Amino acid sequence: MASVSVNVHNITRVEGHGNIVLNVRDGTIEELRLEITESPRFYEAMLVGRNWDEAQEISCRICGICSTGHSTASLRAMEAALGVTPSEQTVLLRKLALHGEHNQSHVLHVLFLVAPDLLGAPSVVPLASTHRPVIEMALRLKRLANDHIALVTGRHIHGVNLKVNGFHSLPKEKALAALRERLVASRDDIQATIELVASLKLPDFERAGEYVANSRADEYAFYDGTITSFRPLQCDHCGHTLKEGYREEYPIERYRDIARETVVKHSHAKHTASVHGSYAVGALARVNINYDLLHPAAKQAAEALGFRAPCMNPFMNNVAQLIEVVHCTEDSIAIIDKLLERGIQQEDTSVEVRAGRGAAAVEVPRGILFHEYEVDDDGKIVAANLIIPTGQNLNNIEHDMRALVPQILTLSHDEIRLMLEMLVRAYDPCISCATHLLDVRFVG
Amino acid sequence: MSAKPKVAFFSFTGCEGCQLAVLELEPVLLDILGAVDIVSFREAMTEHSEDYEIAFVEGSISTPHDVEEVQHIRQRAGLVVAIGACACSGGLNALKNRRGMDDVLQTVYGSSGSWFETIPARPVSAVVPVDLELPGCPMDGNEFVWAVKSLLRGEMPKLPQIPVCVECRLKGNVCVLAHKGKHCQGPITIAGCGAICPSHGGHCVGCRGYLAHPERDAHMEILQEHGLTVDEVRAQYSLFNTYSEMAREAAS
Ligand code: SF4
Ligand code: SF4
Repeated sequence: MASVSVNVHNITRVEGHGNIVLNVRDGTIEELRLEITESPRFYEAMLVGRNWDEAQEISCRICGICSTGHSTASLRAMEAALGVTPSEQTVLLRKLALHGEHNQSHVLHVLFLVAPDLLGAPSVVPLASTHRPVIEMALRLKRLANDHIALVTGRHIHGVNLKVNGFHSLPKEKALAALRERLVASRDDIQATIELVASLKLPDFERAGEYVANSRADEYAFYDGTITSFRPLQCDHCGHTLKEGYREEYPIERYRDIARETVVKHSHAKHTASVHGSYAVGALARVNINYDLLHPAAKQAAEALGFRAPCMNPFMNNVAQLIEVVHCTEDSIAIIDKLLERGIQQEDTSVEVRAGRGAAAVEVPRGILFHEYEVDDDGKIVAANLIIPTGQNLNNIEHDMRALVPQILTLSHDEIRLMLEMLVRAYDPCISCATHLLDVRFVG
Repeated sequence: MSAKPKVAFFSFTGCEGCQLAVLELEPVLLDILGAVDIVSFREAMTEHSEDYEIAFVEGSISTPHDVEEVQHIRQRAGLVVAIGACACSGGLNALKNRRGMDDVLQTVYGSSGSWFETIPARPVSAVVPVDLELPGCPMDGNEFVWAVKSLLRGEMPKLPQIPVCVECRLKGNVCVLAHKGKHCQGPITIAGCGAICPSHGGHCVGCRGYLAHPERDAHMEILQEHGLTVDEVRAQYSLFNTYSEMAREAAS
């Protein structure tokens, strides 16, 4: 029987540095951990004592890649705490910015991190000479996504325009129309990316699990919605995944019932589990839960990519991300049309401060993100709780690894290592984290 | 410096937004890749080498392990360049420094706090000598390109010591010095960002750090004239610059 010992040392930031430790003796897993050793960040402690109007500019600094998502969750939670309802224009613009962030993050992940693997290169750097057109296309799509975010937020990393109940300044209609043109023109590059990814082979692995994402009856939910859990059913006879499954909904007030946090010794990022155990968040969870509400063009892309919901192969998260790029691009065009039809209006963005407590759930590229704040009469933050997507996925990744390892024990050390790295990378825990996994060391 | 210097990127406690700012230089990224030899960049690369001349360091130093690692980097690199507020001034991470470390551990991890280790967050220069600091949260991409070009020519770039106000004026903005109980830190903050925050209708929160000889007393006086209290002004100084503010308080 196989004995394997793997020590993947120093994955960076999932909110952190991390390691994979695997020890298999005579075919039995003795040790399997995804250790998160990143310097703890302490945002919850840092927010306490600050002003209500600083929460967004502080908490967006948790992540450079999901800065707009953190901002959105922070603003919505603070608005809930203060009893503020933002205008329709504010909501449309925030949705537009969030789409830009999904596009940016997904393009970065699929084309800069996953593609090198599938094209047999150690990173995107050598691809700049061997696959120049692919890289130029990737850069074009990313540039567009950066400009897309920056048009609404003022700066693509840590936007300077966002505030509770509105914006410091609003985008010009002409600039929105120009972005619309570029989004329309990007369809060709997106199509080329779909063809590229469709031609690549992803590992075949399934595990019946639980998926959690926001959902709404009227749209594919990113900005808001009801927290929804979905557990697909498998046919008792053939093992085939059925379209039906168990669906449960949780109002935002009950977010702690889904994301039940525990501190585990080997991880500076807390683990979470629902009542059913570990669960997955992110693009795959969203597409599984909300497939019917995808834009028709995104459904077409799903078909071209061989994606059938519900899909229980975690490696397909990359494909789900690409499906979302199509959706976000098309929906951004629709949002801009709506904004231009209404005309951009200067609005009253004043806020009356009062004591309160509020939470919000927002879908950011890596999954559902929770922010909750409590403020006192003067608007000082007295408590904050933030639950981050990558943290929610860690437990699930460990369970996937447990299911995957016995199926791949006959492979070579290198192949096992690569499979484990690819699995973690498929969850897109955070760019650096995923790449750093490649420093795998075998200790056995 | 060699014709195609070997450069490496490292990241400590921070959001990695500054490394992302490098990746986001799409129009010139391919040119930069042609001019230097990037041997380590874990946000984007698998390859890693210990042989480098310039080390770009992002993030604050906030664990005993960070301290060791940055010392190791200093020993190997000819030049150490700190990028972003976290690395240059401690940035937002230093907000936790006002509270005891046990206290912050307990707030976040509860009774399991003692499993983990943390030290007050500090800038890279508090641990090892730093040759150049490119401040901002995030670091300004254009400034990074300008600095790299100078370094490639064998020159050490020098950031002009002028306040954000100068850039703000050039943009033709209306001054937001004291507005709705908030105040703009432009008069005492190092320029270089194009006064992006006031230009968008916000106010400068000092993310690029303060000038070497800021007119603090005058700033404080004017703000008091506008009805802000000393405590309010101090609290706002302590957003991105808690580390230097605490050092000032300790010294006075
Ligand atoms: S300076 Fe700002 S953008 Fe850079 S790593 Fe720190 S928090 Fe992120
Ligand atoms: S205006 Fe101030 S806060 Fe804004 S980027 Fe410039 S230095 Fe930083």
